[in-house]
Amino acid sequence: MRAEQRVIDVPAQPGAAKPDPVLVIDSVTRSFGGLRAVDVEHLEFQRGWITGLIGPNGAGKTTLFNLITGFDRPSTGQWTFNGMPLSRLAPHQVARRGVVRTFQLTKALAKLTVLDNMRLAAPRQTGERFFGALLSSWGRQEQAITEKAMELLTRFRLDAKAGDLAGCLSGGQRKLLEMARALMMDPTVVMLDEPMAGVNPALTESLLQHVKSLREDGMTVVFVEHDMDVIRDISDWVVVMAQGRVIAEGRPGTLSSNKAVVDAYLGAHHDQALEFDAEGNPVGSTAKLAAEIHSELEVAIERGKGLSA
Amino acid sequence: MIDISTLLTNGVAAAVGPSTIFFALLAIGLNIQFGYAGLLNFGQIGFALVGAYGMGIAVVHFGLPLWSGVLVGLVAGVVLALLLGIPTLRLRADYLAIVTIAAAEILRLITRSTSMTNFSGGTQGLTGYGQAFRQPSPFDNGRFYDFFGVRFLGQDLWSVCVGWSVVGLSLILVFLLVRSPWGRVLKAIREDEDAARAVGKNVFVYKMQALVLGGVFGAVGGIIFALTTQSLTPDFYSPPQTFFAYAALIIGGAARVFGPVIGSMIFWFVLSITDNFLRQATAGSNPLISFIDNQDVGAIRFILVGVGLALLMVFRPQGIFGKRSEVLLDAR
Repeated sequence: MRAEQRVIDVPAQPGAAKPDPVLVIDSVTRSFGGLRAVDVEHLEFQRGWITGLIGPNGAGKTTLFNLITGFDRPSTGQWTFNGMPLSRLAPHQVARRGVVRTFQLTKALAKLTVLDNMRLAAPRQTGERFFGALLSSWGRQEQAITEKAMELLTRFRLDAKAGDLAGCLSGGQRKLLEMARALMMDPTVVMLDEPMAGVNPALTESLLQHVKSLREDGMTVVFVEHDMDVIRDISDWVVVMAQGRVIAEGRPGTLSSNKAVVDAYLGAHHDQALEFDAEGNPVGSTAKLAAEIHSELEVAIERGKGLSA
Repeated sequence: MIDISTLLTNGVAAAVGPSTIFFALLAIGLNIQFGYAGLLNFGQIGFALVGAYGMGIAVVHFGLPLWSGVLVGLVAGVVLALLLGIPTLRLRADYLAIVTIAAAEILRLITRSTSMTNFSGGTQGLTGYGQAFRQPSPFDNGRFYDFFGVRFLGQDLWSVCVGWSVVGLSLILVFLLVRSPWGRVLKAIREDEDAARAVGKNVFVYKMQALVLGGVFGAVGGIIFALTTQSLTPDFYSPPQTFFAYAALIIGGAARVFGPVIGSMIFWFVLSITDNFLRQATAGSNPLISFIDNQDVGAIRFILVGVGLALLMVFRPQGIFGKRSEVLLDAR
């Protein structure tokens, strides 16, 4: 409950400082041609919290994830993990330092068994080096890794599937496997990219419980989701992105009344009644709105031109 | 009319002979690269070339003893793998395929060019590097040895014995590697590079190790075959050879330790049988098959092998040793 206590002290505004941030992001941008997919001035992730990163499609959530974990290179900016610079590191270096991610489209290794998927992720294996595999006796370490893997599989209720090929698992089970595999690395920060996507509703609840249990084990969880309802229950803090920017931050309950958030999801004019004359042409404020939308479209098309040039 | 026993003994002789050993070693290398790590090396014959010529030139032109010539050949394989891997292994898989097939052709054309005649022997070939190889042989070089009708010349028997020992050692090495955590990382990279990166594996280093190891097997194959034939000709190292090795790998089953060896044996057994059968069937004044000319047999046997491969892909896509469950996952 200490976590929740501290939540109240943090002001609900974009870029708010947290008491003990584990990840700090500064002026990070990522442009694809003329499109600025990510443009984050300052963002902190509090240690030990579950932070939900939400926003409509194309808000730049996954791109930000890719940047933080080294799978993409930023146009500008840097970020630190526990005070150490993390930018410019390769993905495997980021993972070894303790920031471990999962993927939106699950990357269970289909032709490896579930158990091998788990054992693969264990860090610092002597048998993983070319000469280590031939010359050292890695059997004992393998045994310890297998024990740890089985423990985690039991926790995620996959122990019965340990010998099966991962390709035979259902979508939800693959999500669980990917999460369990990430835990093999004893991460400090777990970054889950849409852990609920493509999972049947019956499994969603159990997945959420597993995410919560990560926090209880002292890990920091950051996850991407575009469905606001899903994250309300489990997140301590929510960061809302739209068009590459952080537009709001705050406790999950407070954001549904935030105007910027509602606008981002539903459009700025969602609650306005539309008026038309007898011929079906817009009149009054509706006519103004139609003109606005029209000019916005023109701007967008012009930008599009700029993109391809 | 058709002499079955000659067909079989010739087939068996081919299945354990020098060609089988050569392609088995090439395919063992491809198995590491393609079967386990998912790397498309279309220039495996180039690795055999640098192995063989590295050894030959070191002995003939620099007067090194044979054993250090072999070492030079192996190092040449390592160097070629590094040269090809450093620029391409960070890119998509197809780039390696393009670069390797091109490099193998470039190497062949350089070795056969007239400007290199004094060095590599050019189109005249290179000889005189391998006498030391036959010195420890317990067999009488000129005598024929008979095993249930399968006959080997003494000098070839020695090459075959050495060759199969090398194949055996290679298989032990591959077996130890692929059952280790190292092999597990390789398979993970084959499945999904990004997943391997996300669990902290340095994908580039592993791909490079796989490319180097597979290339060294290619060089070993080239060396063994060069010691058997005792002469090197550049045009032997032509692109189709790589694809014969791939055929052997796929027949036997990729990502299986014994796959490349069994595949190579079957490939040469079938090739020899069809060749002998067609030759016998089209020979003489009243041939069994009259519509095929005796001259065309060499080409037609490859057509038959191609049809056989196509049938194999339809009915047993995983090869002889492969796991069907793994192949079925691809179809999902």
